[in-house]
Amino acid sequence: MAPLLRVEDLHTDIRLKYSTVHAVDGVSFSIEAGETLGVVGESGCGKTMTALSIMNLLPTGGRVTSGSIKLDGTEITGLSEEVMRNIRGNEIGMIFQDPLTSLNPTMTVGNQIAEAVRLHREVSKEHALERAAEVLDLVGLPRAKERINEYPHQFSGGMRQRVMIAMALACEPKLLIADEPTTALDVTIQKQILELIDDLRRRLGMAVILVTHDLGVIAGRADRVAVMYAGKIAESTGTGTLYANSRHPYTEALFQALPDKAAETRERLYSIPGMPPDLTHPPAGCRFAPRCRYVQDRCRAEEPDLRGETADHVFACFFPVGAREREDLKISAPPPAQEVATPVAPRANGQVLLAAEHLVKDFPVTSGAVMQRRTGTVSAVADVSFAIRNGETLGLVGESGCGKTTIGRLIVGLERPTGGAIMYGDRDLVRSRGREYRRQRRAIQYMFQDSYASLDPRMRAGAILREPLEVQGVGSRRDRVKRVEEMLGHVGLPQTAVERYPHEFSGGQRQRLGFARALMLSPTLIVADEPVSALDVSIQAQVLNLMRELQREMGLTYLFISHDLAVVRYLSNTIGVMYLGKLVEVGPADEVYLTPAHPYTRGLIDSAPVADPKAERAKVDAGVHGELPSAIHPPSGCRFRTRCPLAQEICSVVEPPLQPFGANGHRAACHFPLQTPSEAEGQQV
Amino acid sequence: MTMMTPPPSGSLPAGVGSVVAEPDASETGVGATGLDLARAPQQRGLLRRGWEVFAENRLALASLGVVLFMVLFCFIGPLLYHTDQVHTNLDTSRCSPSGSHPLGCDGVGYDVLGRLMIGGQTSLEVGIAAAVVAVLFGTLYGAVSGYLGGVADSFFMRVVDAGLSIPYIMLIIVLSVAFHPNRPVMVLIIASFYWLGVSRLVRGETLTLRTREYVQAVKVLGGRSPRAILRHILPNAIGTIIVQATFAVADSILILASLGFLGLGVQPPATDWGSMLAGGLQYMQSTQNYWWLIYPAGIAIILTCIAFNFIGDALRDAFETRLQRR
Repeated sequence: MAPLLRVEDLHTDIRLKYSTVHAVDGVSFSIEAGETLGVVGESGCGKTMTALSIMNLLPTGGRVTSGSIKLDGTEITGLSEEVMRNIRGNEIGMIFQDPLTSLNPTMTVGNQIAEAVRLHREVSKEHALERAAEVLDLVGLPRAKERINEYPHQFSGGMRQRVMIAMALACEPKLLIADEPTTALDVTIQKQILELIDDLRRRLGMAVILVTHDLGVIAGRADRVAVMYAGKIAESTGTGTLYANSRHPYTEALFQALPDKAAETRERLYSIPGMPPDLTHPPAGCRFAPRCRYVQDRCRAEEPDLRGETADHVFACFFPVGAREREDLKISAPPPAQEVATPVAPRANGQVLLAAEHLVKDFPVTSGAVMQRRTGTVSAVADVSFAIRNGETLGLVGESGCGKTTIGRLIVGLERPTGGAIMYGDRDLVRSRGREYRRQRRAIQYMFQDSYASLDPRMRAGAILREPLEVQGVGSRRDRVKRVEEMLGHVGLPQTAVERYPHEFSGGQRQRLGFARALMLSPTLIVADEPVSALDVSIQAQVLNLMRELQREMGLTYLFISHDLAVVRYLSNTIGVMYLGKLVEVGPADEVYLTPAHPYTRGLIDSAPVADPKAERAKVDAGVHGELPSAIHPPSGCRFRTRCPLAQEICSVVEPPLQPFGANGHRAACHFPLQTPSEAEGQQV
Repeated sequence: MTMMTPPPSGSLPAGVGSVVAEPDASETGVGATGLDLARAPQQRGLLRRGWEVFAENRLALASLGVVLFMVLFCFIGPLLYHTDQVHTNLDTSRCSPSGSHPLGCDGVGYDVLGRLMIGGQTSLEVGIAAAVVAVLFGTLYGAVSGYLGGVADSFFMRVVDAGLSIPYIMLIIVLSVAFHPNRPVMVLIIASFYWLGVSRLVRGETLTLRTREYVQAVKVLGGRSPRAILRHILPNAIGTIIVQATFAVADSILILASLGFLGLGVQPPATDWGSMLAGGLQYMQSTQNYWWLIYPAGIAIILTCIAFNFIGDALRDAFETRLQRR
């Protein structure tokens, strides 16, 4: 039987003003009906362009220059726009990363889906709307018949993605292309959406191309995986084989850069040096050669073909991992960087550096443009207490909207708490004003998530780094220049960087720059809000390593905020889990991760995709179900009860207090914890 | 045009373009592609690089030429081409273009070419001065209003709304009747209403810039509001402000022209291009074709206004650091 889709030697170019990007350069793959093909790789390696080439939706200047794309044996490259329109949506459906911008805010979702149906089927409006309700029901939207009359803003992010999927499925396509379908979503919702796609594939017998940067997402969902690098396929095989026996050094490096495995040993992560090549002038020879640990002369001169010992495991490498050629040539990895492991600073001997006491933050909800009436309150942070010891890292995790970012902003002074105190030493940061306040700002600095947005695009790196010193009036002009030079050395940026503007740096370098700015005033505490979530896994590893190194060298204390449990576990001594403004569990990192007491923590851990197909497929029914309730009307009693599998009567009446588990300060707030609480001991952590 | 210009980073597929090499590359002795951080950037001033972007826009270069020509024509011209622009001379009233009067004469016998020069002085001076005053004040007002937000912002903006709700032509007529309209007064009159629009635009821009993380970063560092406004918000709003400023010049020249047209501009024997146009229109219904009374002044106004608009567009690009090449 011919495969549903066969792509052969696809080349796609994008013409820019002065140059041409060879975005896809000789990609071949095929996919059978009912199969899921995963496409992984770092950003800029041609994954999305491959998908868009199939849909013939390339950006301006983009063109398929050669190769063939056969759908059901029919060539679809070079078809007229009119014919292609008939295929798009009808034969091939596509879902995009951002469900908010993909829906028209001025149309009801029912009409939008009906529109998609009527484009391809000659049916009446009523029939199309019926079909809309049908597919919305199919994607698990509760009360689909009523909700077709609602507008996109009335849906949550996860529900919007379901609507997008419903729209893509409305005409029962044979092939669904999902381009990073869950990247903008929380892990708990991500798991639900991935399960939905998987389930629909099975029920409708579609083929799915799942494009993602996340090896964990692929692990549990794909039958086969193609690893892309620099516009080419580096390795392609069945999922099980790839995860158990990856042969291409790039695949191997991607796995080693994941913090999941290193979290137990706390070893330095392997980071792939450099960055993907500029595809306007792709290098001769193997494209991964400049970043490869095992590079040989031959790799720089010749380009390896995509081949392998068996037909279903092919890779483009002369000296694949574990191959015999390697032993002959005695190729081995160069010794790893100087230190092998960075042990975590010993716990419990440090002084408490900062303590949040009964922190509360409410945001008013107002309506009306001129006379702003207060119509409600968003309870962003509700009575949260924690302490950070000197030299330690406290990691805060939780879904978006759980209040973790608000806590970070409260501590650095970007928001004022509604109630409670933030004790720094013996002073309350909330109550300091004027000069004292400005001086205290030196000790606590903030590292933003988006380094690009947090650096003034009109200032050079030198001026950006000097600014903290100017603001605080530290040192003379010459001292400041000298301090900037030192700091660039610390974060691993060359001295010439001072003359450059933020846009001239890569993502990883910008995050280093943001880190350097936070360090300029020699702070003791750094609040890092999702500092690596916008970065590729290899770059993420570089930044995490740097944060660990400088913590040890400078004795820094971190409050590390992230939605990614693996990253938090890798970096933190203590983990705090937040849910809807409440701290539901807190304790030593490994204890919380390995033996969680709160059902929410358990669900969060189960939801996070792990780069291990066996583990991924095993946890079919685990994870947190449902969606985060509104913080305007938080549930009574335990706020998690609406999504908790163990919830009972008492949960809606009595709010559970934090109770201790074991002697290490592990505490959780649950009436029906997953382990027996220890007898009440001292109240302090 | 021999160098390569990286397009704005937003339009690029990720991983392409002038991104610099990761520092780790040096550890392994590998030089990555693209621009290398290790190479010292050429020490060129901001203005120089801005000019290179500006110069790429041919239309803007031509416009700059037009403006320069107008300035030379109006201010150097009278030194080379002497005419009597004070005493009326009815002998030469409405005389056709000839050797002694290349563009003929107007209704009271002034030489039109010479009048175009001194009228242009008024138009350009008042236009530019009014634009500068209006943009400076409007920018500061709008930036402060937007940055403070809340009640202060509401109050500031209601003042602007009130100002804008007065029909401006009436306001200007009242003002120019109340005060004797000489050049400084004309500047203030035009600026007194033009700043309203500018302040609104800058306030809108400030509202979006205020929530940017790099402005919040100043707060985290313990910086005060003036620093945030002057060092971060205004430089990033400069594109909007510059474009607005060049449009303001063109608009001010037009407003001055319309006032002159209504006979409320500067008073004779002083004149401006608008007043000249008004004078010419008196003879529109005449059976004779007095084209030299209308076209020279009209073309001068149109050319100057279009030129300033094109310059504004190019300046916006020139101030965009992302478009500047190394």
